[in-house]
Amino acid sequence: MEWETVIGLEVHVQLATKSKIFSGSSTTFGSQPNTQASALDLGMPGTLPVPNEEAFRQAIMFGLAINAKIEKCSIFERKNYFYPDLPKGYQTTQLEKPIVGPGNIDIELSNGTKKTIRIHHAHLEEDAGKSLHEEFQQMTGVDLNRAGTPLIEIVSEPDLSSAEEATLFAKKLHSIVISLGICDGEMAQGSMRFDVNVSIRKPGETLGTRTETKNLNSFKFMEDAITMEVQRQIALIEDGKKVAQETRLFNGETKKSKSLRSKEEANDYRYFPCPDLLPVVIEDQYIEEIRRTLPELPEAKCRRFREQYSLSNYDADILSSDRLLGQYFEAVAEKSGDAKIAANWILGELLARLNSTGLSITLCPVQSEDLAEMICRILDNTISGKMAKEVFDGMWKGDGNADSIINSRGLKQVSDSSIIESLVIDILQSNPTQVDDYIKAEVAKRSKMLGYFIGKIMKASKGQANPKQVNEILRVQLSKLINNIKL
Amino acid sequence: MSSQDIHEKTIAEIIAALNAREFSSVEVTRHYLDRIKKLNSAYNCFITICEDSALIQAKLADQKRATGEFSDFCGVPIAHKDIFCTKGVRTSCGSKMLDNFVPPYDATVVEKFSSEGAVVLGKTNMDEFAMGSSNETSYYGAVKNPWDIRTVPGGSSGGSAAAIAAQISPGATGTDTGGSIRQPAALCGISGLKPTYGRVSRWGMIAFASSLDQAGPMAKTAEDCALMLKIMAGYDSKDSTSTNIITPDYVEKISCSVNGLKIGVPEEYFQDGLNLETEKSVLEALAELEKQGAILVPISLPHSHLAVPAYYVIAPAEASSNLSRFDGVRYGHRCENPKDLNDMYTRSRAEGFGDEVKRRILVGTYCLSAGYYDAYYRKAQQARRLIKQDFVSAFHEVDVIIGPTCPNPAFEFGAKSNDPVEMYLEDIFTIATNLAGLPGMSVPCGLVDEKPVGIQIIGNYFKEALILNVAHQYQSITGWHQHYPKDKEIPNISKMRLE
Repeated sequence: MEWETVIGLEVHVQLATKSKIFSGSSTTFGSQPNTQASALDLGMPGTLPVPNEEAFRQAIMFGLAINAKIEKCSIFERKNYFYPDLPKGYQTTQLEKPIVGPGNIDIELSNGTKKTIRIHHAHLEEDAGKSLHEEFQQMTGVDLNRAGTPLIEIVSEPDLSSAEEATLFAKKLHSIVISLGICDGEMAQGSMRFDVNVSIRKPGETLGTRTETKNLNSFKFMEDAITMEVQRQIALIEDGKKVAQETRLFNGETKKSKSLRSKEEANDYRYFPCPDLLPVVIEDQYIEEIRRTLPELPEAKCRRFREQYSLSNYDADILSSDRLLGQYFEAVAEKSGDAKIAANWILGELLARLNSTGLSITLCPVQSEDLAEMICRILDNTISGKMAKEVFDGMWKGDGNADSIINSRGLKQVSDSSIIESLVIDILQSNPTQVDDYIKAEVAKRSKMLGYFIGKIMKASKGQANPKQVNEILRVQLSKLINNIKL
Repeated sequence: MSSQDIHEKTIAEIIAALNAREFSSVEVTRHYLDRIKKLNSAYNCFITICEDSALIQAKLADQKRATGEFSDFCGVPIAHKDIFCTKGVRTSCGSKMLDNFVPPYDATVVEKFSSEGAVVLGKTNMDEFAMGSSNETSYYGAVKNPWDIRTVPGGSSGGSAAAIAAQISPGATGTDTGGSIRQPAALCGISGLKPTYGRVSRWGMIAFASSLDQAGPMAKTAEDCALMLKIMAGYDSKDSTSTNIITPDYVEKISCSVNGLKIGVPEEYFQDGLNLETEKSVLEALAELEKQGAILVPISLPHSHLAVPAYYVIAPAEASSNLSRFDGVRYGHRCENPKDLNDMYTRSRAEGFGDEVKRRILVGTYCLSAGYYDAYYRKAQQARRLIKQDFVSAFHEVDVIIGPTCPNPAFEFGAKSNDPVEMYLEDIFTIATNLAGLPGMSVPCGLVDEKPVGIQIIGNYFKEALILNVAHQYQSITGWHQHYPKDKEIPNISKMRLE
């Protein structure tokens, strides 16, 4: 029997502000525990929150990017619950009046069709601290460095109908927030986290009971969690059981999920407007100013890359999905003067190495100007494409820039045709049998046999002979030999 | 008066004497510290006495004064309610929960007084977390009313009010969430002003109900309150609810005539429940102002009856959330040997909080719970808007509103402590101004059974200068603010030898 899956996502995105949403503490990741926690972040008595304007600006940027209504008056509320990493005993968040109202995001499905996912709203809130259970025997450590980091929580409508769609949507969101520069997108550091609401039903029926799986911090985990949850729900119902409305936790390593709390055990958060923060009123002029300075979004950038640089759909799509990658590409394309070769190197060698080392483009050891310089050396025939790989490898390892590596390793390509010609003649003379075979072979088979000579010539030149010239001169010399025989 | 004792002086008189070099800051500080040492055991006004640091501050103030460049308040001793965080000095908020809490920062109010060179004598006693109208909920024991030690001083700023009445501090800071400055001021026969919400920074002031809490001055006279408010008031970027508005010179405008001033007299404040003798004193005070040319205008504040019920939903609701941070995790009381997290939360809070605090946390939690929010919290906020609207309409007609501060003079200990509702009705006339965010002031207007009673002067938003002006004019023509109880005689008893 066919089941229909209904999925809604809640996505927490850490904003890229320098300081926290209500205090002046730094938001840098990875510092010593509790070194970025002020009296306010520690929930000390008498301290008061002061909203960080930058968090509002970034939330509004997101709202504008998804064609959402920006609410003129937004109100912070308190979500009350006890937990050691929640120092005030409440999270300051938004409920009735969030900053970003309804909007929408388009995703492109694998069959090429476009699907619009509605966004219910996005609200500003503060992140909690971290409870560390591993390092303390029988105890829990609390690190409040993260407490108060600004988040936007993006809540989708239940418009997604498969794990694949959910992943496409999540990746689209990821590329939007990175393009806007409002999130560093570092999933491993928790900069973007997903809660998935999943239910199943027979087509045409009303919505089934949903479960919520919380705190998934990679696309893969999210996809796996949804797939597993759908299977679990189908198995339950087909077994004559019922799906319980509950919150679940998914372990990405073991690929198992477990119930965290049932509906009955759910907290009563006792939301009410935070009396320490007055309503925030946003003026039209402020919104318009942000709209004017909004960076180019992935879709528009992709279109531009196709048109301006004559890139393929596929190449343009990847290069435009990440703002910094796009920036890198444009720098290389401009400095080298050849966008096509720039795109090939970035999408090939560069991304492969970044992916295998887990580095982001910002931490890439090869600077855009160095890659551009290397491409220029290919274009002016100083090095061959093969040599370029070695030069690239050297640059990646930090051996220097393209020219210094070319010089130090003697990688200069030999393009002097008289030198190449004598090399070719040498090889032909020392391989008479193969030359004979070539001459006797059918014309159609000859080009396949060229490889043998080219390999020998390149080897003799220690790889430095210009392959294009070798090819040309070899053909000329061989045809001379053929003609001589005939003569 | 032949030779006035130092402690009989007002702050204005102390400043004049310091300016005239009649005595030094060290001398005036020493004098008050001696009186505190002598009398605090009888009244229990102070939770913490800062003898050493006060003398150091006084010495520095004298040095500063010797340079010729100093502000008026330099060297003047005052006390802070123990709700204001003081860097390096235990700040208990009257609770066992914070008995061990030493803040690493000063409240903005404390910082402002310090930067003017004021000397801090100590931290005054208060109802636990400012929840109470009699000071009986303090973990450190109740403050006794210096007029009659069998009676309460009012609350929650009872320690500050009693310290001024007992003349062991010339002035003190207080906070007022539902009457906590004005009610004890009335019951102790002193002057106390709750400014407009947003006039004084709340930063570093331990929150009870954030949308109602406001710090204000307490002293012998309106003039002293003006001197103190001038220092306390002002926008603070650390408190996003503080208002960015110019702070007027409250002292400068204090002597204006009240001729032609329209005083609203709300009928709802003179109904059943108001002590007849208190009513008589208030009416006499109004008559005095009328003699000075003020015009009495009968007005109505028709939603007054909603104030107490609305307050006892909103204030506990906010408190239930504000007090969540006291969980034994980072500071404050933590129970012995917790067996798990839940046990630590439950016992730390059960042990650290007193009954009244627990009662309000329970009430507030209930009011905010799913299914009850609309019936209680939302309704209370609607009532709050109606109450505010009453005042807004009234201030179209009148300049100030005057009525009694409290329905009765000070009552005896235990008289109301078993009946929370009876206790809550003590604040029936003061609560509405907190809900509306308006400024209000209590000044003494008579004695009933040898116990002081006060009038409350309510002004429009940010009209503290006018309130102080009216209060000062009243004090210029009457002498109630000059009445002080006699020092309680402390018998000299011989100390026992320990074996």
